[in-house]
Amino acid sequence: MRWIEAAAALGMAAVAAGLGQSPASSQAPPAVQMPQSEGMPTVPAPVIPQPVQPPPFVVVVDAAHGGSDTGARLSGGIEEKEITLGIAARLRSTLRARGIVVVTTRQGDVNLMPVDRAQIANRAQGAACLTIHATATGSGVHLFTSSLSPTASSRFLPWPTAQSAYVTQSLKLESEIDSALAHTQIPVSLGRASVEPMDSLTCPEVAVEVAPLVGGHVTEARPVTDAVYQKSVVDAVAAALEQWRSDWKQ
Amino acid sequence: MISGMISRAQKYIFFAMLMACVVMAAFLIRLRNRAQDRLQQQGTRAPSDIAETTATAPRTVTLYVPNDLDDSLTAVERRIPMPADENAQARVLLERLIEAWRAPDSTHRINAASGVNDVYFLAAPQRKGRADDEEQMAVIDLSGALTAAQPSGIEPETLTLLSMMETLHANLPTVTQVHFLVDGRPRDTLAGHADLTRTYLASEAESQPSGTAGGGR
Repeated sequence: MRWIEAAAALGMAAVAAGLGQSPASSQAPPAVQMPQSEGMPTVPAPVIPQPVQPPPFVVVVDAAHGGSDTGARLSGGIEEKEITLGIAARLRSTLRARGIVVVTTRQGDVNLMPVDRAQIANRAQGAACLTIHATATGSGVHLFTSSLSPTASSRFLPWPTAQSAYVTQSLKLESEIDSALAHTQIPVSLGRASVEPMDSLTCPEVAVEVAPLVGGHVTEARPVTDAVYQKSVVDAVAAALEQWRSDWKQ
Repeated sequence: MISGMISRAQKYIFFAMLMACVVMAAFLIRLRNRAQDRLQQQGTRAPSDIAETTATAPRTVTLYVPNDLDDSLTAVERRIPMPADENAQARVLLERLIEAWRAPDSTHRINAASGVNDVYFLAAPQRKGRADDEEQMAVIDLSGALTAAQPSGIEPETLTLLSMMETLHANLPTVTQVHFLVDGRPRDTLAGHADLTRTYLASEAESQPSGTAGGGR
């Protein structure tokens, strides 16, 4: 009789355990975290697919030099840091007018180390990073990309050569800017260079160096300080970035 | 009493020998001074100067002259007497290149009174996938006067470095890496832009299109 009672008790317990499991396993979302009790397994909440948000299109504009780092001395005794800041401010306004999010590394005459510039740009996760320079030598606009050899992207990139994973994209961005400037009849030269902080940036990066415009068949001589010349350069770069907005993910 | 015991002949022999000793000492001192002077003269001359004086027959060399207007390097051939020593050859090549920059009609004008203090060669650190023991790294010690006269900007500074690297590699093919110092010390940039903290590969200069190959980049 005792044996029969024990077997019946075991059977009841088994039925109770089975009844306790089945509702939880068949429960529809949203999943409710059940209080944990011994003998009850954890039920994972089903994953509801969320629509993937495309990363925002951010352009980082870095006005080179600043503070005690004056850069080159241009015609009329003007320092490069003033010109780069002016062009960067003009470019920021033009891009914002086109609905593009812009992050600048400096908005005043401040000392900024290359490592700080790289940190600002890398945190912003820019779709394009432009460093603005100016020089008294040459003619037109010089576009430079990093001289590093392209490498495959990886989770961890060495700081001094982080740009190597983005060189291919940087060259594409350079090509877009080259085409846009060519439309405005501004002479363009393309090159590779090793200039801080370019090699530490984790975004497509182009250094835009504005030189005086030497008079020619189709161009009129203009100094770097000329507002009309600066505007035509900025407009062309902005148009290239507008185009880059639709191309950069490809 | 004693003088009476030394004969006159012995006295003459003694004085003759004394005189001979003095003359020999004077002769030896003079020889030593002359040898010292000769050693000092050799010590004040740099090894490269010695090598330059033993220049061989003129040789055709290629200089890569930059052009700021189209951002290119143009190969120019010159016949110049070259010393036998490799360090001295590198110095001669770079001095000729800087002369070209200094010319009034230069397309990359840098008016510096002096250019290169010295060039040193080291065994190049081995790179991945390369096993050539012959490869060398040239350490170019630029003069402060050259960097002071260097126009500031990415393009002019990069062209200056590429011009030197390409000229060295074209004439001394074992030079595959180049590092720059200024007055014997490391420096961050050439004139505010081009990075001097890193070692450049000669292949970087080769990848830049030259003027002879069709103009700007």
